[in-house]
Amino acid sequence: MAGRQLITPAQNTWCPGCGNFSIQFTLKTILEGLEKEGKSLDNVVLVTGIGCHAKMADYLNINSFYSLHGRAVPAAVGIKLANPELTVICCSGDGDSYAEGLDHLIFAAKRNIDITVIVHNNRVYGLTTGQYTPTSPLGFRGKSTPAGTVEFPFNPIELMLASGATYVARGYTRKMEQLKRLVTGGIAHRGFSFIDVLQICATFFPATDYYNPRVYEMPDQDLDNFESACIKAREWDYNSDAKIGLGMFYNRSFPSFERQVPAPVRTAADREKAIAGLLAARK
Amino acid sequence: MGKEQEDTAVNEISVLVGGKAGDGINNAGAMIAQLLNRLGYRVYQYFDYPSLIRGGHNFSIIRGSERYVGTHRNHADFVLALNKETIERHRDIFTPETVIVFNADQVKIPGNGVPVKEILTAEEAPEIMGNTAMIGAFAKAAGIPWETVEGVLKAHMPKATGKNLQVARRAFDRMTTIRPVGMGGNAPLPLLTGNEAIGLGLAKGGMEAYVSYPMTPSSSLLHFLAEHGPALGVEVIHPENEIAVMLMALGFAYTGKRTAVGTSGGGFCLMTEGLSFAGMAELPIVLLVSQRTGPSTGLPTYTGQTELHFVLSAGQGEFPRLIVAPGDGQEALYWSAVVMDLAWNYQVPAFVLADKTLSEGTYSIDPEKVPAIARRGIPVWDGSGEYHRYADNPSGISSLAFPGRERAVVKVDSYAHDESGITTEEGAMVEMMTQKRLRKGRSLAKGMEGYAGVVVSGAKDATTAILCWGSTKCVCDETGERLGLKVIRPVVLSPFPLDQLNSALSGVKKIIAVEENATGQLADLAGRYGVRADQRVLKADGRPFTPEELEERLAGVI
Repeated sequence: MAGRQLITPAQNTWCPGCGNFSIQFTLKTILEGLEKEGKSLDNVVLVTGIGCHAKMADYLNINSFYSLHGRAVPAAVGIKLANPELTVICCSGDGDSYAEGLDHLIFAAKRNIDITVIVHNNRVYGLTTGQYTPTSPLGFRGKSTPAGTVEFPFNPIELMLASGATYVARGYTRKMEQLKRLVTGGIAHRGFSFIDVLQICATFFPATDYYNPRVYEMPDQDLDNFESACIKAREWDYNSDAKIGLGMFYNRSFPSFERQVPAPVRTAADREKAIAGLLAARK
Repeated sequence: MGKEQEDTAVNEISVLVGGKAGDGINNAGAMIAQLLNRLGYRVYQYFDYPSLIRGGHNFSIIRGSERYVGTHRNHADFVLALNKETIERHRDIFTPETVIVFNADQVKIPGNGVPVKEILTAEEAPEIMGNTAMIGAFAKAAGIPWETVEGVLKAHMPKATGKNLQVARRAFDRMTTIRPVGMGGNAPLPLLTGNEAIGLGLAKGGMEAYVSYPMTPSSSLLHFLAEHGPALGVEVIHPENEIAVMLMALGFAYTGKRTAVGTSGGGFCLMTEGLSFAGMAELPIVLLVSQRTGPSTGLPTYTGQTELHFVLSAGQGEFPRLIVAPGDGQEALYWSAVVMDLAWNYQVPAFVLADKTLSEGTYSIDPEKVPAIARRGIPVWDGSGEYHRYADNPSGISSLAFPGRERAVVKVDSYAHDESGITTEEGAMVEMMTQKRLRKGRSLAKGMEGYAGVVVSGAKDATTAILCWGSTKCVCDETGERLGLKVIRPVVLSPFPLDQLNSALSGVKKIIAVEENATGQLADLAGRYGVRADQRVLKADGRPFTPEELEERLAGVI
């Protein structure tokens, strides 16, 4: 379907100033670019979890699988396995993929399946009106932790490196040009691509003033070196006051899962023959 | 009349093989089952084992009969004792005529000992071939011709066949014939476990992917399909947990691939959110739920019929589902194919509800007698206008398009949604789409009228009827026939086949529910539709009824 209207008529309900608009614009621009290159958007599938991020499925006029909370990644894995010709982009949230569905994220990275996971990491539950998430800073006062959290956030970059992700990056919704580059690179990467996006939540965690003076663009160098990726990942632990590197941490080529799992295709006649053969062998 | 006299009326044989876990008891049982198969018997094999890898007691009871059987007896004509415990534990099922063939290295009693070690040493064979020696000895004791033994070992022991044959022959030659068994009079049939039959049935129904996390008693289907998937055209995936299993499978279904998942009650607990999603998003999916003794971890390797209400009502919200509980291997083969087809015709979650008895029991299956499966085409989008995944129509069944299809934007959604698959909270739309899904359920119920959803057997004119479901089919059929009772068995449990059940109940004055659970779940379900069971004969110890046991229990309530 060429030249399609990429935004659906669904009413947009993100708050004014929400970082999700930047991610939506980024995806829209990338999709337009794909179409210009002559690629059919009929072969693109967007998978989302549940949360503010997930409304993307309603807003973008492409194939979409609006999954359950925490379950964007396993659905995306199933779709890619079932049809490796599809480009599978998975939008997820920090509550979604770092809490409810963390196991799936780790396993998708471990398998190096060729999907692109964009985590809209606003470090707070927005849709459920303001509770701490796995990446909220220590002492975060949310509705479920009015006295402040007493647990440290984890570092999703480090976690994904340890899990086997072959494309690991961090973007920021206030740096849209770079974000576009990172997502485009993730889609082009043949393997598991992970992009943690520091997303502003205008209502419950408006961190622009915190991020702006600390972020800097990391140079694209030594990207296939795991050790140096780990060192870069540890520069900021999502808690302490430190410089926040944006860009690529790691990028290496490695065989992807869906190309290695046997996906036999048999005609109905072949099946019947195989069934008859198996039955006969049991006499 | 004693058991022996009755058994001579129908030519039958019951063989018990016992040993410790790790001894390969199930395989030894499978070889004996094949020996009886080739003698012309219909065969059923029961396998009883604790949930551990080494040690503990395993046993298998193989029953051969000139008539079709699908349950094991409470007595043994032959015992193959690989250890002493086998003799000590099973004395209660020995008769004065029972022939005990034992491993003389392990059991020090007079009688038909097999010097296993000596035979293996003479043939320079490894310890693992001890079972082969026992099988050879049994065959001679039972008067089974050597050619039959040779044929079975050649066909079913592909590894080190020559050496196994030598070991079996030496043991065969050293034993004498004690109690010759006759011929069963039938042509041999394929012997399959229930799970294998389910796997072949699903493949027949067009399954392209099977996604599963190991859980007894469903795991053997995962293993079977992992081995034979390449030939059958089935992609097999073992993900991180059952939550992922269900969601991955729904991802497969979204792309148009016919997919099944398999688990037991505990794993199914984790699948329920995905089940509800399948109901809402109208994603076709087949679920094998093979029951074991619960609640919780329960008895992993023993049976039960405790999940009927669970699968009937699992998942939040209201949506139609198909539930079918086959009674034996042959039904499992047929219904699994049908269930796959119906899931796609009606875009609903569809269950094959089994249990340990069916999943891991081995049955004689007659492929000639499996009804042809009339596969109806799925409703595919005709390409006109704009594609709406949930377009409403009188049947409630929307046409399907899959990602990659030109001009189709395929949107599925776990939220309440409109016809195009975009989230809505508008009351009238929510009501309309809810009614659409329920209408689809009524279409399914209507479609099911064309299937034999309730099976009637036993003494069909009797006024007292057994009401049962699932794997108790065979024991109820046999006992019902013996006691002159009608046997009424719903195979389809959702949509509930009330009309078919009512016509089966015509002339029946007394209903006795027979179930392997503690409450009578089918009896309760039927009760909801106004069918009242007068008596409930229940059993919740994880072991299936034997005909003897059921007869005794029924005698008390008839």
